[in-house]
Amino acid sequence: MHLSDLWFILIATLWTGYFVLEGFDFGIGILLPVLGRNDVERRVLINTIGPVWDGNETWLVTAGGATFASFPAWYASMFSAFYLPLLVIVAALIVRGLAFEYRGKGDTARWRRRWDAALFLGSLLPAILWGVAFGNILRGIRLDAAHNYVGSFFDLLNPYALLGGLTTLTLFVAHGAVFAALKTTGGIRVRARRLAGRTGVAAIAVTAGFLAWTESSRSGGTAAAASIALAAFAVAALASGVVAVHAGREGIAFADTAVAIAAVTAAMFTALYPDVLPSTINSAYSLTTSNASSTPQTLAVMTVVALIFLPFVLLYQGWTYWVFRKRISTADIPPAESSGRNSRPAGERERSPVRGSPARASAAWPPAERAAGDGGKGAAPGAVRRSRRRNQTT
Amino acid sequence: MLLDLSRWQFGITTVYHFFFVPITIGMGFLVAGFETAWVRTGHDRWLKLTKFYGKLFLVNVAIGVVTGIWQEFQFGMNWSAYSRFVGDIFGAPLAIEALLAFFLEATFIGLWIFGWDRLKPWIHCATIWIVAVGGVLSAYFILAANSWMQHPVGFHYNPVTHRAELSSFLAVLTNPMTLVTFPHVLAASFLTGGGVVAGVAMWHLIRRPAAAGAGASAAGGAAESPAQAESVAAFRSAAKVGGITVLIAAVAAGITGDTLAKIMTTYQPMKMAAAEALYHTSQPASFSVFTIGTLNGSQEVFSIRIPRLLSFLAAANFNAKVDGIDNLQALYSRIYGPGSYTPIIPVTYWSFRLMIAVGMLAALIALVGLWAVRRGHQPRSRLLLWAVLLLPVLPLIANSFGWIFTEMGRQPWIVFGQMKTAAGVSAGSAGAVLASLIVLTVLYAVLGVIMVRLMVKEARAGLPDEPPAHEGEDKPLAFAY
Repeated sequence: MHLSDLWFILIATLWTGYFVLEGFDFGIGILLPVLGRNDVERRVLINTIGPVWDGNETWLVTAGGATFASFPAWYASMFSAFYLPLLVIVAALIVRGLAFEYRGKGDTARWRRRWDAALFLGSLLPAILWGVAFGNILRGIRLDAAHNYVGSFFDLLNPYALLGGLTTLTLFVAHGAVFAALKTTGGIRVRARRLAGRTGVAAIAVTAGFLAWTESSRSGGTAAAASIALAAFAVAALASGVVAVHAGREGIAFADTAVAIAAVTAAMFTALYPDVLPSTINSAYSLTTSNASSTPQTLAVMTVVALIFLPFVLLYQGWTYWVFRKRISTADIPPAESSGRNSRPAGERERSPVRGSPARASAAWPPAERAAGDGGKGAAPGAVRRSRRRNQTT
Repeated sequence: MLLDLSRWQFGITTVYHFFFVPITIGMGFLVAGFETAWVRTGHDRWLKLTKFYGKLFLVNVAIGVVTGIWQEFQFGMNWSAYSRFVGDIFGAPLAIEALLAFFLEATFIGLWIFGWDRLKPWIHCATIWIVAVGGVLSAYFILAANSWMQHPVGFHYNPVTHRAELSSFLAVLTNPMTLVTFPHVLAASFLTGGGVVAGVAMWHLIRRPAAAGAGASAAGGAAESPAQAESVAAFRSAAKVGGITVLIAAVAAGITGDTLAKIMTTYQPMKMAAAEALYHTSQPASFSVFTIGTLNGSQEVFSIRIPRLLSFLAAANFNAKVDGIDNLQALYSRIYGPGSYTPIIPVTYWSFRLMIAVGMLAALIALVGLWAVRRGHQPRSRLLLWAVLLLPVLPLIANSFGWIFTEMGRQPWIVFGQMKTAAGVSAGSAGAVLASLIVLTVLYAVLGVIMVRLMVKEARAGLPDEPPAHEGEDKPLAFAY
């Protein structure tokens, strides 16, 4: 096996890690307005991924850097071809990342609602666009002899690629719903479980359709048989996940959806091989593992580095998930940061909902707290304690 | 058009990203130091300082992290010809940076933020140290990549593939340019992080009379509550730690900057000539502190000069000959063919001076501030209050001028002597780049305003209160978003 083939596998591994890990935190972001019925519930959901989302996103940064190092021609052609979609993805990831850190630092309900919207859109757009991008990679794009993209932006929005976008979207939503059921308690957990079943069924249908289309259109690939097997395995794992979540086995269901996303990613890369970015103008213009790769010297250096450090990454990231393994309930959520400390006179803050429109006022603190009461077991004492503390600050 | 838009976009997004990077690196170590002091002494003051500066640190880290994604992507998006040419060498440090440094930072920052009630204190303290070390590692690898653009080593040009290919990765990592740029950037980062810590602490110490209420201010703090006294003591410690960090870092930045100037004169003599707008080779060469001249810098009307200083900066010898722009232009035309090899002189001339001047001003303010807030003293100067507000800002300006100088001074090359910037740009449409330039500039501006407001709000709030004690099973998380 050539080193370039090993690096094709490693790049596929990095994307797999990215989709499996950030897949569920995109799902949480997308489900935020559906599953989180009030501010405390939304905070529960956000805090299930709070400690880990940044580490999850680093898989993308590493995949990008590793592609630059091991397949510079692939990196250059792919990133310049997908210029506008990548701009949208990056802008989405920027506002989404800030939403985690900044959401709790404002004083008004409007502030938090805006960051909730940023979190939702910042999760939704990349969840769709990564699938669109991979659909186009598999389908091939209009690369000329110099490997420059000569198609237009709208060429990228073809039906096959859009189905790819719907595939990643439904997969990530189902994966996120299962994760929410696994990491929460009470009402959110019940609703997440129900939602996981429904979105899981949708994911099965869409994924099966997309993979069938993929296998039929790339049947000439070197490893078509392996890819078909992986595709079938992915759909089976999804079906198992739906059954498991229905039976209340959330841990198994999460393992199933994780394996399914890994298998879908593996099926896509296997179907792609030995191409890395096919040209629809002339197959001679296609980028492949051999004509896009770095020199053996560079690949050798990178191989040593990756084989030493990637296991460490897996180890300490795994430890992080162990440290934060506990389920989170509405009772676990401390009062909003801004109400715990007197950065402004308390009275000024209390007035703010009244100044707003009636609709805005209803989304603010006191009604949210009332709703938290039916948030499930353990929620009520927390709500009581919070209101007591608020009275003290007033 | 395409080239200009891509360059403006790279410049704007990179300068913006680099506001947050040095704060992250410098403050990371200072916050880690505060937490270590708490773990070792158990003294409440250090815990409060850790939490207070930790909040400021995180507001800054968040925006640094997210704007970093674009930094990596835009090489392929906007500079794909460059990426194809250099990927065999330039990609490796970027990938290693992500694998070694970014994973460490991103994972352990999550443990630090949320781990207060899940980890033993010393393990929790270790996580912030790991974040800080991750920042230093990332600086090393990205500077190895940048230094290779300034002074390419450890490669050969392959005429068949039309690209630069790796000969020795060790040579790339031990590039003399990297070895001096790295400590220079670290020094600047500590100057920046120390500036934030000291500036905020000194501001709290100086404004205290007003905050303590009208009656107490007249009595000079005689009627202080124990909590206020504790807060003053804590901020005095922070001012001392931050201020001394600034002073040491400023000296280190000066020494490493001087070394860097000599290395630069060896490998990029045009950049040194452009830093002084020195058109004619001189022996010895003087350094002008200030010049009024024509816009292209070719004729001067008035200047203040320090004799022989440029000779010393360039070659550690007050009598050394320094090559002028005209001579180097002629030399490069002979080697590389006809064309302009001269950067935009007013930009290089002023950015070089302002980098030094603004950095020195920050150190001066730190020195005065340290003296003013020493034990037993309560300064009331309004001027000083405004000056210490500049302490977190000035290093950012100096950093930006430093990068503008080093990148603009390399022009017209993107890789010195190997590839011109004009040849590195992507073949895409100018319209798309204009769109991204507008989107990113507006987005960055809005987020910058939000970020600064949050920093000010957190900084004004002062040290946190004692966390309320919770008993039993249902206590909430120590921290939640």
